[in-house]
Amino acid sequence: MSSGGFSTEKPDAELPPWQEMLPGSVLDQAGNSVHRKTGFWRGGGRRPLLDLKLCVQCLHCWISCPDACFILSDGKVIGIDYDHCKGCGICSRECPPMVNAIVLIDEGRFR
Amino acid sequence: MTASRRRSKTKNEVRGMSTQSVPQDRADSDRSRKEVVLSGNMAVAHALRQVDPHVFPGYPITPSTKIMEMVASFIANGEMQCELVAVESEHSALSVAVGAAAAGARVASATSSQGLAFMWEMLYIAAGSQLPMVLAVGNRALSAPINGFSDHGEAMGARDSGWLQFHSESVQETYDNIVQAFRIGEDRRVRLPVMVCLDGFVLTHTSENIFLENDEAIRNFVRPYRTEYTLLNPDRPVSYGLGDPPEFYMEHKMRQQAGMERALQVIEEVGAEFGRCFGRHYGLLDPYRMEDAEVAIVILGSEAGRVKNVVDELRASGKKAGVLRIRFVRPFPDEQIVKHLLPLRAVAVMDRSYAPGAVGAPVFQEIRSSLYEYRGGAPHVINRIYGLGGRELRAADVRTIFSELDSLRAGNESVPAIRLVGLRGEPLPNWRDQQAFKMPVGQS
Repeated sequence: MSSGGFSTEKPDAELPPWQEMLPGSVLDQAGNSVHRKTGFWRGGGRRPLLDLKLCVQCLHCWISCPDACFILSDGKVIGIDYDHCKGCGICSRECPPMVNAIVLIDEGRFR
Repeated sequence: MTASRRRSKTKNEVRGMSTQSVPQDRADSDRSRKEVVLSGNMAVAHALRQVDPHVFPGYPITPSTKIMEMVASFIANGEMQCELVAVESEHSALSVAVGAAAAGARVASATSSQGLAFMWEMLYIAAGSQLPMVLAVGNRALSAPINGFSDHGEAMGARDSGWLQFHSESVQETYDNIVQAFRIGEDRRVRLPVMVCLDGFVLTHTSENIFLENDEAIRNFVRPYRTEYTLLNPDRPVSYGLGDPPEFYMEHKMRQQAGMERALQVIEEVGAEFGRCFGRHYGLLDPYRMEDAEVAIVILGSEAGRVKNVVDELRASGKKAGVLRIRFVRPFPDEQIVKHLLPLRAVAVMDRSYAPGAVGAPVFQEIRSSLYEYRGGAPHVINRIYGLGGRELRAADVRTIFSELDSLRAGNESVPAIRLVGLRGEPLPNWRDQQAFKMPVGQS
């Protein structure tokens, strides 16, 4: 798809005609960005890997991630949502240097 | 009807921004309206005082500075509750307007010329987001060369930005248009921003006796503002300004277009209601002595008055001349214009703007294009570009144009198709060669 993950990727028949759309591209469905799997924007970039054995649960990664990709359970980081992670690397940078639990690996290594 | 349409009808009142509307009382407004002397800018400011929008973001520019000045003093004197936002540029002024309108506020501003040019990016965002707002534009020629006097260049440049565009003939009409603009733009069938143009200096700075209607009557006419999509309603959260992928963009453009199409009807409804309330009736067009006319001038803005005077003279000497003044450039009322022009033999479209490299100026292009379907029986159409950079249009110039129309009717093909009125020196040869586009006359 040429629209870079922007598209709903739905066939025409499933999309509403103009009369049924809200004016001015207003959206009244809060929180629907979870349905747009923008993780492949990482493309050939880098993927953050989290080593939970090294992690001290400071939550710097969780609060710094612009895409809210750090999955919490009982107040603890348990993993990364790769469906939405765009590979910006902020988490790895924010992870305290003494801990260094997040490393960025070339996407090519996972193919 | 789908779910999303049904949802759009749910009640959604922004707290503190709406009250119940009170029924019209015509007798009231008759008794308490005042006849006052106001310039165009002052009339706009008084209309805004009476409507009292929630937000007025502005950046002053000649010749519309006075509007913002007066709004500021009305607020300082406690005559308006409006929030005036002084910003550092027109780009920011319209950005504030877009934000405030998305939050559910009623918004107005004023600008001119370079100011409108600097608003360009936001013009499209306001229109594309279908955010109603009212912008008074004191028309002034664009630089370079820097000039400062009136023409419609900046307004014509913005005609495809998705805004409705009024052109007023008099100070009274400017005042009336500002009041009607809120109703038209905010109508749920339209939901588009409206530009109300008044010629710089000729209207902005010239004083005229006008009727200033009763504040309460104007407020009742305009009604409290309600919008169903606002950023300030936590019960029904919405987002504005989202990315619109290829499979939705065209449909959203069609929604804008639908607003424009429906605006033609809304303009007539609101104009008629305004007439019932205040005694001054407005339609899409202002035909003057067109009933049995054979030749006519089509024009917009303040110079229509001068052309009407010449038409009176010509009528007195037995010539069947008329004027068709267009009140709206967007939406363009092509059907109504064609209805008036088809019975004629020759028409001069007078544009106060200039489109270098184009075949004539904007209004001329659209009128000639609207008449194409009727080419067998359509009148000759010529373009007369006048008043650029405030150049005076004299009665003698108008008489010359009418005599050109007469000689066109008589089959004289040497009448130039496009001409700058009052230009010193010969026109370019390729313009002369177009020779009135050789349409056969009267073969319907």
